[in-house]
Amino acid sequence: MPRTLTINGQEISARSDQTILEAAREANIHIPTLCHLDGLTDVGACRMCLVEVSGSSKLLPACTTRVQEGMEVRTETERLRAYRRQIIELLFAERNHVCAVCVANGNCELQDAAIAVGMDHVRYDYLFPKLGLDLSHERFGMDHNRCILCTRCVRACDQLEGAHTIDVMGRGARSLIIHDMNVPWGEATTCTSCGKCVMACPTGALFKQGSTVAEMVRDADKLAFLRAARDRKVWNV
Amino acid sequence: MSKLRFASVWLGGCSGCHMSFLDLDEWLFDLAEAVDVVYSPVADVKTFPENVDVTLVEGAVANQDHLELIHTIRKNSRLVVSFGDCAVTGNVTAMRNPLGGADVVLDRAYKDAQLLRPQVPHDDGIVPPLIDHVVPVHAVIPVDLYIPGCPPPAKRIRAVLQAVIEGKSPEMIGREMLKYG
Amino acid sequence: MNLEELNATATSERLARAKKRHHIHVCVGTACQALNSEQIAKALQAELKQRGQSHDAEVKCVGCPGLCSLGPLVEVESRVNGQATTDAPEEDRRKSVLYQFVKPEDAAEIIAHLDGEPVKRLETPLDQPFFTRQTKIVLENCGKIDPERIEDYIAAGGYQALMKALTEMTPQQVVDEITRSGLRGRGGAGFPTGLKWGTVAKADPNAYPTNVPEGIQSRKFVICNGDEGDPGAFMDRSLMEGDPHRILEGMAIAAYAVGANHGFIYVRAEYPLAVKRLRTAIRQAQRAGLLGNGIGGTAFSFNVDIRLGAGAFVCGEETALMASIEGGRGVPRPRPPFPAECGLWGCPTLINNVETLANVPPIIMKGADWFASIGTEKSKGTKVFALTGQVVNTGLIEVPMGITLREIVFDIGGGIPGGRQFKGVQTGGPSGGCIPAQFLDMPVDYESLAKVGSIMGSGGMIVMDDTTDMVEVARFFMEFCMDESCGKCIPCRAGTVQMHRILTKIQEGKATQRDIQILEELCDMVKHTSLCGLGQSAPNPVISTLRYFRDEYEKKINGHHKSKPNGLSD
Repeated sequence: MPRTLTINGQEISARSDQTILEAAREANIHIPTLCHLDGLTDVGACRMCLVEVSGSSKLLPACTTRVQEGMEVRTETERLRAYRRQIIELLFAERNHVCAVCVANGNCELQDAAIAVGMDHVRYDYLFPKLGLDLSHERFGMDHNRCILCTRCVRACDQLEGAHTIDVMGRGARSLIIHDMNVPWGEATTCTSCGKCVMACPTGALFKQGSTVAEMVRDADKLAFLRAARDRKVWNV
Repeated sequence: MSKLRFASVWLGGCSGCHMSFLDLDEWLFDLAEAVDVVYSPVADVKTFPENVDVTLVEGAVANQDHLELIHTIRKNSRLVVSFGDCAVTGNVTAMRNPLGGADVVLDRAYKDAQLLRPQVPHDDGIVPPLIDHVVPVHAVIPVDLYIPGCPPPAKRIRAVLQAVIEGKSPEMIGREMLKYG
Repeated sequence: MNLEELNATATSERLARAKKRHHIHVCVGTACQALNSEQIAKALQAELKQRGQSHDAEVKCVGCPGLCSLGPLVEVESRVNGQATTDAPEEDRRKSVLYQFVKPEDAAEIIAHLDGEPVKRLETPLDQPFFTRQTKIVLENCGKIDPERIEDYIAAGGYQALMKALTEMTPQQVVDEITRSGLRGRGGAGFPTGLKWGTVAKADPNAYPTNVPEGIQSRKFVICNGDEGDPGAFMDRSLMEGDPHRILEGMAIAAYAVGANHGFIYVRAEYPLAVKRLRTAIRQAQRAGLLGNGIGGTAFSFNVDIRLGAGAFVCGEETALMASIEGGRGVPRPRPPFPAECGLWGCPTLINNVETLANVPPIIMKGADWFASIGTEKSKGTKVFALTGQVVNTGLIEVPMGITLREIVFDIGGGIPGGRQFKGVQTGGPSGGCIPAQFLDMPVDYESLAKVGSIMGSGGMIVMDDTTDMVEVARFFMEFCMDESCGKCIPCRAGTVQMHRILTKIQEGKATQRDIQILEELCDMVKHTSLCGLGQSAPNPVISTLRYFRDEYEKKINGHHKSKPNGLSD
């Protein structure tokens, strides 16, 4: 069943099973995201895609909210822009994101988001937590300093590779991505070394060993391809 | 039109931002038409002057000298500009923070890495004492403009200075103006 | 057990009870138990035995009668005349004495005075406002019955409502009765209970993909949320400890109404006594045929399991709670879909708070109109509060909706100790707000509390006197939320840390006016962008203290961190 709705005043049509995010993308309307990745289920965690919907007192995540007939969606209000910038600033203050020495410099969704929200500085105190670096895997590395806890790696490992090597430990600001029952990555017996987690990572937290500053190249598109190939038997993109 | 009184300072940073500034090449001649350089690492002036119109601050606040200077800069400047990632975020200079306070860092630099007679320099006045946590400039004083980048590309510096000379706020929008690193 | 057997059990219990002249109730709720009340019960029993009075008096361990600040509490109920008859209503011929701060060594004196004058040095009046101003529906059995004996509950009219629902009402009639009663969720948000039940009853179990574990024969579920976690709140704990069968009965009625055959009680492992008594109650109810297959001789089946929480506050949020029951990480997920349509293992699921479910049996027995006659227009019935803080009487109270804060704090609570002035009362714990003295005469109901920037919450009520530092109150609750944030969404995970940091800076005298501005912006953002109720309500204590006690913040501000005009045009 097709649905007609407006996004930022623009009338668009979408299938009833589509989310606001999917409908917007088909209409070439950009809604910022961090925890969303094509090919993985959505968790609505980063709150970057929150949009205003007429008749709803609450802001709704575009990634998990289905379209409805007559919906009036606004994605670029002053309020939403202010919130998004605050969220990005909170991330930069939370861990040690040093673009200048990062493998993902120039190829990083967090860095891009900072530009998009106009973050000329961070108004919160930097927390400078002491976080580790796991280089025990022979091909990949994990730098917790650069992790934003989007759980894209967790979902890629679980939903696409079926290994579920990766999960989250602890809660709140002490949350940490772990392998198996918190063993060094190289000792995680369930890891198949497929590298999908590295493809999924939006920042430089997961990287191929041997890459140095700004050398990281990523293949996040491959995950969506894999999902489409499995679910819909579509092999040509 | 009278010339702007222009200063640039170098706190806890690598001087790369100043190098990028020098990359402005022939535009520096145009700049010299519009400003008087009253204080800078590339000019031999010992004390920070009064009545400065615009001061570019490179580097984070990392030691006692920086802390004293930055307050003078704020007091004597109409516009304070955080110049480069170290000034804006702490950046590489602040990478020592997760290790702990100043002592841990000094031990790491002067003791752990030395084989012969490891010791931290301790005579007064030899080096400025480190503060425990490196902070960006705006954590200490109000800042008027921010130029991110490690270093900020020359074009970005020029766009900001051009606007300032014309008395306008520079438009800090998009990758050209805002990319960190 | 069918209805006849149930009635027979009730009658024989009442008869046995009427044979004793003295009934000695010893509170063995967590607070009194911590003060050795089980030893008191043993000492009283030993004393009875020694004096050869066991035939004439019995000692019963009961749940919390409410006045925790005077515990351990012992109540002696005696028949006024000596005759043992069964025709007149029992209560008419009995009088009660309440003893406070009882120690095991007081046992001999208490027993010795059973037939004479009460022990004056231990007596506390039962006609004090703390007791007389309360209206007990939910707590009517607490402090009266032995929570470890199903017969006690049955003698008090227990499981009659379940039998009535199963034999005289259709599921739709049960839903309608609850809807008409006006009962609203007691967990805090106040969602109309009947509406929720109706949604689950109508929900199609096949609407979403499901993966129910093998061995569970249900395609809808009822969950009792006993993951009480607000600092200073112990309403649900006392109920689970003091009257566990009441909760089971409420769950069974709910299950019948919505078409569920399996239920879970989610209770935190820090409540070992509640867990123990619930386990005992489930076992007894199963043995009595009041839980399990073919309840009360009808075709209705309902099983209940207990799931222990590991103490994460966020697991009180319904989607996180369900994730935890499923064995996953206790983190919330976006709603919709709501649990009523897609809940536990993808099945339609009814989640109600302990107190909500405990209201169900009396509504079924006495009718929706009776219940709706108590309370205000939009908030019906009573509310249980855990009254704590700087107030004379601390403990558990049950009051009709619409009572004023002043009546609660000054009449029931006995006012502020030490000659201090009342400053404010925090309702709703870390999700609520601080209500200042100017609203003391406001009625306590869902809408009024929301209007002044607080919430009803689950029932924590912390009274504060004029020595209280309100910034510290805000900082304390923010620390709690920061610590309890699950970390899934960024605003709550990182926002609470920054808000706590600013509040700490204010307390240390290191904050500027700019910090207050950043704090207020953060409050607004975290409130409106967080994924679940924990984050959405985490700023409330800051917002309400800034609203009513802003001067306390301003006083701690260190100068004005302000830019001077820089002469640039936009």
